[in-house]
Amino acid sequence: MSGSERTQNGTGRHEEIRAVPVRHPGRWVAAVVVLVIAASLVRSAVVDKRFYWHLVGDYLTDPRITHGVLVTIELTVIAMSIGVVLGVVLAIMRLSPNPIVSTGSWLYIWFFRGTPVYVQLLFWGFIGDLYPNIDIGVPFGGPAVIHASANTLIAPFTAAILGLGLNEGAYMSEIVRAGMISVDEGQTEAAHALGLTPAQTLRRIVLPQAMRVIIPPTGNEVISMLKTTSLVVAIGAVYELMAETEAIYGATYNPIPALIAASIWYLTMTSVLYLGQYFIERRYGRGFTRTQRGRWRGRTLALSTSREHGGAL
Amino acid sequence: MVTAEGVHKRFGQLEVLKGIDLEVNRGEVMCILGPSGSGKSTFLRCINHLEPINAGRLSVDGELVGYRESGGRLFELHEREIGRKRSEIGMVFQHFNLFPHMTALENVTLAPMLVKGAGREEARQRGRELLARVGLADKLDTYPVALSGGQKQRVAIARALAMAPKLMLFDEPTSALDPELVGDVLDVMRGLARDGMTMIVVTHEIGFAREVGDTAVFMDAGVVVEAGPPKEVLSNPRQERTKAFLSKVL
Repeated sequence: MSGSERTQNGTGRHEEIRAVPVRHPGRWVAAVVVLVIAASLVRSAVVDKRFYWHLVGDYLTDPRITHGVLVTIELTVIAMSIGVVLGVVLAIMRLSPNPIVSTGSWLYIWFFRGTPVYVQLLFWGFIGDLYPNIDIGVPFGGPAVIHASANTLIAPFTAAILGLGLNEGAYMSEIVRAGMISVDEGQTEAAHALGLTPAQTLRRIVLPQAMRVIIPPTGNEVISMLKTTSLVVAIGAVYELMAETEAIYGATYNPIPALIAASIWYLTMTSVLYLGQYFIERRYGRGFTRTQRGRWRGRTLALSTSREHGGAL
Repeated sequence: MVTAEGVHKRFGQLEVLKGIDLEVNRGEVMCILGPSGSGKSTFLRCINHLEPINAGRLSVDGELVGYRESGGRLFELHEREIGRKRSEIGMVFQHFNLFPHMTALENVTLAPMLVKGAGREEARQRGRELLARVGLADKLDTYPVALSGGQKQRVAIARALAMAPKLMLFDEPTSALDPELVGDVLDVMRGLARDGMTMIVVTHEIGFAREVGDTAVFMDAGVVVEAGPPKEVLSNPRQERTKAFLSKVL
């Protein structure tokens, strides 16, 4: 409502307010500093010959680089899928009333979060040194169903997938668990009262609501995973974007344009992920917002009062 | 329909129910009143095994709640079996507990399809009828966030009725509502009672208890202080504790 429309008892007109705004000299100084820094960066990028922009343009569409982009996407999608499935399983295990099951999950998370993913990737790369042959079958010396040499069973690409996926599972499980415990207990109670089994309650009531809390940090994880795939260089023989880039400048001894081209590709891919996240968030926000974010506050308030009641007799 | 004999319930060291003996017959409406912390909600939650009891016997329709008795020993029922028994008992909560990610109609059709294996169209048809019955025929596709408290509670009642329960439990169904919305919910409950539904209602609505209740029960500190026809318990209480409570509420 603008000032000129404001009326008293629907009749008398009040004069519109025309006040002199408060000056914020500090903001002006900050804005100038930002502009100066930005201008000098742009200038150097345009003027400086050592950016080799014409080479950057060539590299962007170089078949080696575009192949690397595809492998990076492939690694991200597969490793992230393993991570999400594993994360859900580990989160459910963690919340299990059985102490052995929940401790198992805790130990897994402790180990895979507590060591660098780079080290884990190397371990998978050198798995043949630890277990030359892999037998899958009855444990403790029983007959084997699958018997293969580790180096054929776990090729470099598989090692990369395992290293990234198993590490991601540990992080995803904490995200999923946070989502699950964010769902009001009354929801589980109502579902049980209707006769749903615990498994049905989890799948139809708890997880769909937990998604709202799970998705934003998961988007973060996907973006992080996209970039972490570059560490696969450690294993070798997996030609994702970073490995291809290194191969190019290893031959030309001119790293900058190749690295710029790789960065542009990484930025493009993460930007697409931003967009995807926006749509998924909107899908799982159904029923939580009417039109605008203003509803959120009311919603959180309602949840907190009902939780208080849950503790009462 | 519901028989409680010496029902005890503890939360850790705290004894919440100290021997409850009550009986509700088919088609009866029992209203339970009492100060907060008296154990009335806990007792209600014991009836569909949301809380397992520690001692005593509790049975619905002649069958023990949550257990199977064989050769003098009790065996815990499997989750699926407990679910099947709960599905015959409708429950309405103080804070509605509607599923926020589903529309009103989806809230009502979920359990019939999942638990009873009803077909989608059959469940939706029945869901529409039930929502019309509680006066919400125009809110089928509305999400709970866009409903008022009174509307939410009526959806919650429709959701419970969709399972065609033989017993309905109401846990302070109007306590979280604005005063002007209480009437709509009580009207729906009155209608249910008239249709012969067996109901146990934990409430602070003395007027409702007097008008609709066949039995009024006053609980305090985990015991039944007084039980009987509402006219006697609510108008001429014999116990001092009941008198003191009613004088504060009225």
